[in-house]
Amino acid sequence: MTPFDYSRATDVADAVRLGTNRDAAFLGGGTNIVDLMRETVARPGRLVDVTGISDAITETEDGGVRIGASVRNTALAADAVIRARYPMLSRAILAGASAQIRNMATVGGNLLQRTRCTYFYDTDGSRCNKRAPGTGCDAREGFNRIHAILGASDACVATHPSDMCVALAALDAVVHVQAPGGARTLAFGDLHRLPGDRPDLDTILEPGELITAIELPPSAIAINSTYRKVRDRASYAFALISVAAALEMDGDRIADVRIAFGGVAHKPWRASKAEAALRGGPATDAAFRAAAAAEFADARPLAHNAFKPELATRSLAAVLADLTKGELA
Amino acid sequence: MSLIVNGDTVAGPDDPRVSLLDHLRETLHLTGTKKGCNQGACGACTVLVDGERILSCLALAVQYDGRAITTIEGLAEAGTLHPLQAAFIEHDGFQCGYCTPGQICSAIGMADEARRGVPSHVTGDLSAAVSLTREEIQERMSGNLCRCGAHNGIIDAIGATSASDLAAEASA
Repeated sequence: MTPFDYSRATDVADAVRLGTNRDAAFLGGGTNIVDLMRETVARPGRLVDVTGISDAITETEDGGVRIGASVRNTALAADAVIRARYPMLSRAILAGASAQIRNMATVGGNLLQRTRCTYFYDTDGSRCNKRAPGTGCDAREGFNRIHAILGASDACVATHPSDMCVALAALDAVVHVQAPGGARTLAFGDLHRLPGDRPDLDTILEPGELITAIELPPSAIAINSTYRKVRDRASYAFALISVAAALEMDGDRIADVRIAFGGVAHKPWRASKAEAALRGGPATDAAFRAAAAAEFADARPLAHNAFKPELATRSLAAVLADLTKGELA
Repeated sequence: MSLIVNGDTVAGPDDPRVSLLDHLRETLHLTGTKKGCNQGACGACTVLVDGERILSCLALAVQYDGRAITTIEGLAEAGTLHPLQAAFIEHDGFQCGYCTPGQICSAIGMADEARRGVPSHVTGDLSAAVSLTREEIQERMSGNLCRCGAHNGIIDAIGATSASDLAAEASA
């Protein structure tokens, strides 16, 4: 691990001031960055501990919920309001990592975790454009079973590893960001990038910008929502495919629907084409499969992950069937 | 900076690169906490911080200034094993024993989470009270691997030791 200075921010202003150093990084629970630093994938000269800046979960005046960036994953998953009104978010968090890691990890850190592409971690023997821009990508022609099928580039086929972020993408969350020059808000779908020719950049955040909170808009549809994760073992593994979905019926027609996929792209994948295909139509297995087909028409599977479009299709159909039953019950 | 380890106030490391795990083992010589993978994949290094289970390998010691750390060495009182330690012996909850300190600290934290109503991936109804069924214990302990394959004995030991007793111990 490269030497670094450590400081603990007392509040948001203090954190942003400390974070202006060019080689500074913000530190949440440390469950990802400490590992990356140990492997010398990340080499910050200063860590600014932001776990003390904002750990409140508060209901907003418009009926939404504001979640401070230092809220621990366990606390968010267990929050009574989240469990009752945004169950897909509780389910997504509980599907990720282990209890020990969820106790440590913060909401802000979860958004900024790096890919789990094994070539990204392999500093000794692999080329990786995300870790070392311009060196090449050994995943594209390598063992790419866990890699992206949508939105990838010649430079990078990595996936975003978060479960929580898949739910946030489906829920149209808003990200609050503080920079030295002022605050701004981002639509959650705009936070993470597709790799293009700059896979070293996971998000559109500028250096020194700090995520201070996530805001969930009020959402009647989110009450009937869930998260389904398919992985190589029953627990404590990253997703091969995951689906966050919410459904609202009007008689025997789908009034509205929200869908996002994990494990398919460099960012949490909001399935707008599938949603459009389903709205106003019947809640049948054929319709669910057709919606998935619309979303994955552009899929470009690699040598070892051609199973992903069908696995995603079956997962979506199963989730929507469950939500349809919940709605009609 | 300082830490409170098993009730004793001790100095933290001078170098912020030192993990909580290495500080416990190499400086404080509390070698009960084990280094398995050192990358957050096995759970052998699990300790309790203010009663919550965390992975000490992914924790920088400096992050825990002033916090109360409990390791496996802090569980037995006056030579009497913690009830869960005794249950691990009774139910053959280990073979080589390397993962055991992490398993036991994790299970104590797990019982407290269940008492506080924290749901899990296998909880059917998110609004219902938590019941520590075998399936729930398996899921909640999935962050602690045992390469000997003693998982069935581990689950038996945890299940046999009541959740409320464990939680009372953890908060005492």
